[in-house]
Amino acid sequence: MSSPVAELHEDPVLRFLFGKLDISSVPWHDPIIMGAGAGMVGAAVLVLGLTTYFKLWPYVWKEWLTSVDHKKIGVMYIILALIMLLRGFADALMMRAQQALASAGGHGFLPPDHFDQIFTAHGVIMIFFVAMPFVIGLMNVIMPLQIGARDVAFPYLNSLSFWFTAAGAVLINVSLVVGEFAHTGWLAYAPLSGLQFSPGVGVDYYLWAIQISGIGTTLSGVNLIATIFKMRAPGMTLMRMPVFTWTTLAANILIVAAFPILTVTLALLGLDRYLGMHFFTNDGGGNAMMYVNLIWAWGHPEVYILVLPAFGIFSEIVATFCRKRLFGYDAMVYATMCIAILSFIVWLHHFFTMGAGANVNAFFGISTMIISIPTGVKVFNWLFTMYRGRVRLEVPMLWTMGFIITFVIGGATGVMLAIPGADFVLHNSVFLIAHFHNVIIGGVLFGCIAGLNYWFPKAFGFRLHSGIGKVSFWCWLIGFYVAFMPLYALGLMGMTRRLSHMDNPVWHVYLIVAACGALIIFAGIIAQIVQIGYSIWKRDELRDDSGDPWDGRTLEWATSSPPPFYNFAVTPAIGNHDAFWDAKQTGQAYIQPKSYEPIHMPRNTATGLLIGLASIPFGFALVWHIWWLAVVTLIGMIGLAILHTFNEDRDYYVQPDEIKAIEDARFAKLNTTTEA
Amino acid sequence: MSSTPVNPAENPVGAFKDQLKSAYDHNPNEAHDTHDHHHQDEEAKVTLGFWIYLMSDCLIFATLFATFAVLKDATAGGPNGRELFDLGFVAIETSLLLLSSLTFGLSMISMQNNKLNGVLGWLAVTGLLGLGFMGMEIYEFNHLIHEGAGPDRSAFLSAFFTLVGTHGLHVTSGLIWMGVMFVHLFRRGITPANRIRMMELSLFWHFLDIIWIGVFSIVYLMGAA
Repeated sequence: MSSPVAELHEDPVLRFLFGKLDISSVPWHDPIIMGAGAGMVGAAVLVLGLTTYFKLWPYVWKEWLTSVDHKKIGVMYIILALIMLLRGFADALMMRAQQALASAGGHGFLPPDHFDQIFTAHGVIMIFFVAMPFVIGLMNVIMPLQIGARDVAFPYLNSLSFWFTAAGAVLINVSLVVGEFAHTGWLAYAPLSGLQFSPGVGVDYYLWAIQISGIGTTLSGVNLIATIFKMRAPGMTLMRMPVFTWTTLAANILIVAAFPILTVTLALLGLDRYLGMHFFTNDGGGNAMMYVNLIWAWGHPEVYILVLPAFGIFSEIVATFCRKRLFGYDAMVYATMCIAILSFIVWLHHFFTMGAGANVNAFFGISTMIISIPTGVKVFNWLFTMYRGRVRLEVPMLWTMGFIITFVIGGATGVMLAIPGADFVLHNSVFLIAHFHNVIIGGVLFGCIAGLNYWFPKAFGFRLHSGIGKVSFWCWLIGFYVAFMPLYALGLMGMTRRLSHMDNPVWHVYLIVAACGALIIFAGIIAQIVQIGYSIWKRDELRDDSGDPWDGRTLEWATSSPPPFYNFAVTPAIGNHDAFWDAKQTGQAYIQPKSYEPIHMPRNTATGLLIGLASIPFGFALVWHIWWLAVVTLIGMIGLAILHTFNEDRDYYVQPDEIKAIEDARFAKLNTTTEA
Repeated sequence: MSSTPVNPAENPVGAFKDQLKSAYDHNPNEAHDTHDHHHQDEEAKVTLGFWIYLMSDCLIFATLFATFAVLKDATAGGPNGRELFDLGFVAIETSLLLLSSLTFGLSMISMQNNKLNGVLGWLAVTGLLGLGFMGMEIYEFNHLIHEGAGPDRSAFLSAFFTLVGTHGLHVTSGLIWMGVMFVHLFRRGITPANRIRMMELSLFWHFLDIIWIGVFSIVYLMGAA
């Protein structure tokens, strides 16, 4: 496939109407892209068709699309993440296959131009549209429940955040079929990403997909911080918050502090590309290394935005499945906040080879190594929680144990890379690729899937099948080691990253092994899908009426599963960070209150959905220079937001009768379960 | 647990009332009994949320200031700040914006005294001063571009136009917000919801003022020195 450099139409009318877009923007001749595109369109048509056929639109519209309920928004985030995981993993399989096929004289099946787009899309999708929505989704579903709140601080904003994220994901999928995606690698380093070296629309898709979803993420950060600071149940002091809530707080502070830097950096790159400015160009006094500095000033905190919530998930799981209080709760909290602060003073370790000098590199090398101290504190806390605990090897606990081992290995190779001298050798080699997959898969992804298995019964009222879950876990764990350990060796042998063709029979063997590892992981992903599908099918057998299937400790287990839309009929008062556990021990759990008071709840609104939908053509128009459409959609979005402020009928009170009916039904079920 | 027994019916979860001494003193979920309470909670929530947003916006400007600091000498043979900036012009521009902060303050005082006409009047003056500021900024930009000192001339000018332009874009958003605020005030008067809106708008406006003081000092004063 040749890279089509989109040109403006010569006819002024067509140029006005379509900008750079024309019929040749779609790579009709490329069977891989066309097949994938047909698959995506087919799946979308199938879903929409089934929804119409079963007359589900009123339900989907009222209960999901326009919902401002944090639990439903969280579930939608996670569905988005799982769908995008399939897309991102398809890219991974293609890369592993290409390198295995094209490392001993073969040509493989991907031309370099396509290979470049695939590794870029893989990175962008996995970070921005899998890990982020997965983590934010879990925070959304669980954190308000853990603090005894009825929703987040700004429910409409929450819906808007989600739809911006979804719009970004749509835009990146459109780029697969209409035009091209960036060829630049996931951080689009300048000047390669500038107009001179990337004249196509790929980088523009990259910019607008991330900008639109990034706005959503920033708003989400504001929202969740305000929720934690203002909406905790009485008695829940900061040092009584569950650890997942703490890590959510830390991650969202990092979001609010780091995402503006990303927004500015990408905006400056956009100004270079759209208005001919000279921030990062080679000429006109531009400074390309400033791009690298800025993007990593966001990029390093970003990895902690992802992994800190995962640490929180593991902390909850370890305490629950070892039936012990978390060892060293205070140390865990301080370690979390230490990591959050340190994450801002290590960014330069991503480019020691820039040549900032020995002193600068030494500072950033040492600050990087210091992060391993609070992280080590956490690892020991988890281990000491397990020590002499009654460890139940349920699926979430297996993921946690797999994480502890894998993450320690990834952390150790990270400390190796933090030595500037060693980094000069290993920089941009596949050793680095192995390292960050080691921490991101072993940390973030294991954490997300552990959280999915742990909290799924809370969100839906039935468990995920544990047998298939175990199959998935072992495939992932073994597959991970088979896929990435060879890359450590290859990196030490000198193999650089992002190679589409190479000719080295020694590397070839390792790359075949790595490709087999990717296939084992693929089996794990299939098992994951089967697990979810099978569990939905057999949901009556897996049902949990207690609301507390794991004998949990924190407040989210005190309410029913799925929780009523108001979460808690009576706001709980908290005396401890294992509040629900203590309530169970003292016999204060599961007692129905005699009376209820009205509950104040937000109404649904379609504004978030509509603004998010409008942002898709807005981004598309900017990518293709269709200015009229960009102006119209921008005015539409601002207009919708303003119009929303005139609707002051945004909340209502749930009446005690309704609450009593819901709660009576719950306690009736609880009593039959107990008697049985 | 050394807790005194409490009536568990009051609370289905942990009713450790004796440990509540150190409890967080403000919980919106408790306050569903009266309407007044609800608005106070709403105001506290919105104000905190808005402050957090402002801090993230502040980081946008911090990044732009840093970019400007890196690129201020990268004139690529083109004009530098000393040749381009007219401090007298910028002084008038600055005083318009600073004065508009004062008039917004007067509008807020009128709101506290429940005087709708005062609120509207001072808000109108604020808006006019803001419009004057934006007019001067657009004039300056236009003038520079016609002189051949547009944002594509050099990295210094890219950074200058982007930093000052981002501030201008914020002021423009503030002016649109003021327009919407007028409609809200005309329709409903000084309601609790409008009080919250005015509170956030005034935070936003003063924030832009503070940012401008940074722009004035670092871009213009230090650039023209």
